[in-house]
Amino acid sequence: MRTITELAGDGGPRGIFDELSRREVRRAALTAVAVPGYQVPFGSREMPVARGWGSGGLQVTLALVGPGDRLKVIDQGEDGGVNASNLRRLVVGHVGCAEETDTRAATVIQSRHRVPETPLRADQVLVLQVPVPEPLRAVESDVREQRRMHAEADYSRMWVGLYEDVVRNGVVTKTAGYPCMVNGRYLISPTPIPRFDVPKLDRAEHLTLFGAGREKRIYAVPPHTRVEPLVFEDIPFEVEHTPGAACRHCGSDGSYLVEVPAADGTVSWVCSDTDFCARHREGRS
Amino acid sequence: MSWALKVEGLGRVYGEEGPRSLTGTGPEHGTSVSPVTGAVVAAWDVGFEVEPGEALGVVGESGSGKSTVMRCVAGDERPSRGSAYLRAYDDGATDVLALDDGARRRLRVDRVAVVYQDPAAGLDLDTSAGGNIAERLTAAGARNFGRIRDRAAELLELTEVPLSRMDDPVRTFSGGMRQRVQIAKALANRPPVLLLDEPTTGLDASVAAGVLDLLRNLLERLGVAAVVVSHDFGVIEMLTRRVMVMQHGRVVETGLTDQLLEDPQHPYSQRLVAAARG
Repeated sequence: MRTITELAGDGGPRGIFDELSRREVRRAALTAVAVPGYQVPFGSREMPVARGWGSGGLQVTLALVGPGDRLKVIDQGEDGGVNASNLRRLVVGHVGCAEETDTRAATVIQSRHRVPETPLRADQVLVLQVPVPEPLRAVESDVREQRRMHAEADYSRMWVGLYEDVVRNGVVTKTAGYPCMVNGRYLISPTPIPRFDVPKLDRAEHLTLFGAGREKRIYAVPPHTRVEPLVFEDIPFEVEHTPGAACRHCGSDGSYLVEVPAADGTVSWVCSDTDFCARHREGRS
Repeated sequence: MSWALKVEGLGRVYGEEGPRSLTGTGPEHGTSVSPVTGAVVAAWDVGFEVEPGEALGVVGESGSGKSTVMRCVAGDERPSRGSAYLRAYDDGATDVLALDDGARRRLRVDRVAVVYQDPAAGLDLDTSAGGNIAERLTAAGARNFGRIRDRAAELLELTEVPLSRMDDPVRTFSGGMRQRVQIAKALANRPPVLLLDEPTTGLDASVAAGVLDLLRNLLERLGVAAVVVSHDFGVIEMLTRRVMVMQHGRVVETGLTDQLLEDPQHPYSQRLVAAARG
């Protein structure tokens, strides 16, 4: 009989993520790619970040990157955020890959809340950190019932949720984590990206992997896969847009903008994607 | 005319399902509990057919097995044996009781609808009346908000629920109005078969009379095949043309409702009728 050590090797240097864990996450990711939108359970490890703070995305990233990769990590579109910087340094220090902020040059991009403005290519992978992977949680609290609904593609309760929203508010109020059908089969919550980014996942060139560490789930949107937001035929899907708003740094009005309040009560707008903003500014000047 | 729903040899045993459990149970023994195995023979060898536009009554005291039969046909429960066929499914060639759970639940969307005694069993009380109907409609593929609302309003009008209450949570409704919403929801996708389990039992007499009136009109107008389960001969008399009397899990008598009420043959039927007639 052969031992696990003989089969898998000794796992190399001990660190925050050993070889067997990498393999498990890769297996889960492969299953997720094979069944687009299906939430694959995996044995989420303890990470040096708290669960719910990107531990799922971190494990997926650690399972993907090698020394030859260029890793970009963003938080709310920003490379310089505290959480993003720390996660990036953690992975780079552990794997020895290169740090990257230019979306075009990165091979793996881990993100929270955003899909970069620059369209991703087939040779890039987007890893999204997901706090709440289950879109049905809003309408059904029983986990067994949620599983049944997914298994039978019975999403009428979700539609009722949308119906009630429109009846009460006149519009669909859900913004971040808008429920989407993947490949016409599974409902996912692309949390927590804004509606603005949902179309970027539809029939994309790149692979998107979703990692939820606290909830121990991995799911995927493979390249060229349909991602369709749940919408009624007669109520069009609209993305966030403020008429007249433009980035005060680069002047862009077609990117996702965030509001910056000033002390005097006025507001200005800036691009959420700092890398895009910087390049857009250079291009103009 | 041919049947819309046909049930054959339906049986449901709680406990050991072998023949040992059957001996010593039934009306002639005065119990549905097996003296040998202790199993409960809730229903055994129950069969019937219902035609479109016809209503069949199933009557019997508490524990006679009538609700078990209904739950087995509806798909809430798996019978121990027996088969059921729907004209609307595979033209009646497939035993729907043998389908897997998912397929059975899909039948409930537009082929077999159930109205329960307790509106909370068929409705989400925290959702509006319109939303409850929308659930059935979207399950059948409706994706147009305007048309969903129009259809929901049409159904609520049909069941005489004031349209001003359409967007209120069902929890705020009275018992009678909740039952009307449940009926509206059941009819949402025009199912050819409708199962009614004690539809007016929880309501007070005057409200029950109103719901009964509504049901009688609907059954006449819509041409659905209905099975009405009740312990109350008054309900059966008002809604159905044919009736089946159950006791201790077995069918003891079947016949035309008027005839059976006038001239019950089985001693148990005679007792039931006498009780109903006061």
